[in-house]
Amino acid sequence: MSQAIKTGTKPKSRSRYSILDPTQRTYHLMLLPGIILLLIFSYTPMVGIVMAFQKFIPAKGIFGSKWVGLKNFKYIFSLPNTWTLFGNTLYFAIANIILDLVVPLVFAILLNEMRHARMKKAIQTFVYLPNFLSWVLLAEIFRQMFALSGPVNVFLSNLGIEPIYFLGSNETFRPFIVISNCWKGFGYSSIIYTASVLNIDPGLYEAAHIDGATRFQRIWNITLPGMASVIILRLTLSLGSVLNANFDQIFNLYNTLVYDTGDIIDTYVYRMGIQQAQFSISTAVGLIKSVISSTLIIASYGLAGKFAGYRIF
Amino acid sequence: MQKTVKKKKWIMDRMLPGDYVIYAILFFCALICLLPVWNVVCISFSNASAAMAGEVGFWPVRPTLASYEELLSDSQFLRSFSVSVLRVILGTSMSMILMFFMAYPLSKSPHEFPWRNFYMWFIVITMLFSGGLIPTYMVVTKLGMRNTIWALTVPGAVSTYNTILMMNYFRGIPKELSESAAIDGATPIKTLFYIFLPVSVPVTATLTLFCGLWHWNDYFQAMIYIDKVADYPVMTYIRSLSFDPSKLNGLPAEELRRRAEMGSATFNAAKVVVAMVPVLCIYPFVQKYFVKGIMLGSVKG
Repeated sequence: MSQAIKTGTKPKSRSRYSILDPTQRTYHLMLLPGIILLLIFSYTPMVGIVMAFQKFIPAKGIFGSKWVGLKNFKYIFSLPNTWTLFGNTLYFAIANIILDLVVPLVFAILLNEMRHARMKKAIQTFVYLPNFLSWVLLAEIFRQMFALSGPVNVFLSNLGIEPIYFLGSNETFRPFIVISNCWKGFGYSSIIYTASVLNIDPGLYEAAHIDGATRFQRIWNITLPGMASVIILRLTLSLGSVLNANFDQIFNLYNTLVYDTGDIIDTYVYRMGIQQAQFSISTAVGLIKSVISSTLIIASYGLAGKFAGYRIF
Repeated sequence: MQKTVKKKKWIMDRMLPGDYVIYAILFFCALICLLPVWNVVCISFSNASAAMAGEVGFWPVRPTLASYEELLSDSQFLRSFSVSVLRVILGTSMSMILMFFMAYPLSKSPHEFPWRNFYMWFIVITMLFSGGLIPTYMVVTKLGMRNTIWALTVPGAVSTYNTILMMNYFRGIPKELSESAAIDGATPIKTLFYIFLPVSVPVTATLTLFCGLWHWNDYFQAMIYIDKVADYPVMTYIRSLSFDPSKLNGLPAEELRRRAEMGSATFNAAKVVVAMVPVLCIYPFVQKYFVKGIMLGSVKG
């Protein structure tokens, strides 16, 4: 670019950056409504976190309530069921992460082996479906299906097996939650793998076929390497959800009988905060969780960027 | 062209024993995904006492339309349904408009819009940290939004994740398009509506449908912000029935007795089915788009 043009545009470009420039002003105005909403509904609640360090009384408000330092946190960790909460949450989250990595991957690999396009499409239609249904409805369906007198137990008793109260016993609740969560999401999660298979050069399969490769060799040497970047991406991003058990699912399926094995941080925060109005304790529990989660999410983005070239923006 | 022909030849190879195993597994997967949904449909069409006894498997027992007839006379359900419809329309349109307006300036490079990175961080921070349930609840309460439809639509109106997806899509649109529009004197808003939106139909459709689905399926916002059952959206209403039978107190004693007699299993099943219908109706249309949608989520920078 010539010097003349550069110097010619310089004074102009300075004014272009100014907020008074019409285009720049429009940009700011376009962002304004969203920014205001975020300020009110995302940033203001962050200020509310100070409640965790107060003995918060709604009538006195945030500025009038007494500061108690770390007393709420000490109290939380003195409760025996706090460790149960964190344990349960970790159990569900890690089990969900593992199943959500493995099952969709296996499904996508098997689907890739299916050679009838129409059948493939039909199967995809069915397995993606549960992901779009609300847990409220699914919980209603499951409670009915797996009730003591429900069809599943009727079937089991025909086989001579004692009825099992799947949702009401501490032995069966956890596996039930983990498996039903996997059931709901595996089809949808497999989309990203299925899509990455499309990028594999069909010539590779053809060459493998001519060379007489077995099915397993084909999967191991062509399909899996083709999915490698997506596998790494999902693996790294899943780190961010180590403390995220599925609130909607557990909240709709649990009951007092299974609090020991089923209660998680989020459901506890809800019960303490919204139902019992223990705002300070509830906020403190939420804060512990979100500090750990935020750290993990940032770490996971970092890892995803490093190993899978992923950038969120 | 040649490649596809060759591939077809390979595809048409005969089925091996291993293929039958794989096909069987895949059919099984499809079946278990469908059966619970099919089961509830069957129950809703079955005789109430058969349903209560757990007799209904995967075919209606003594088929009847009784539960649907009753549903039509259940004014509360119909009202909840309409609250949900209103919420979907309001919430989705608000979210989408905000999203377009935010995604467009953010898709500009810092050179074109020097404040871009500041705003970007402002938005990303809300994805990483949040005040949590209780402080958000208190803000909404303080603003006097409780018991209004705004409590269900406004607090979550800015979807940061969707905004970033949209922004990434906008960034893929050739710069020449917006530059030529600017030379012709188009303002940014005109460029957005006449140039960017028409070429973003697939992603817009995907995000609109996801947004609408979220509003339709959500029950939690109404649970904490709405006190009157009469104003519940349909999911919250269905949930309240199975969790809080005391909510049925408002009904006349005779009606309660009738319901206890006929059993609520088929009636509830009918509600679940009707609440599922909108999702099942749009599902075939969404399917074509959401594969694209999920791929957008994995955009590499």
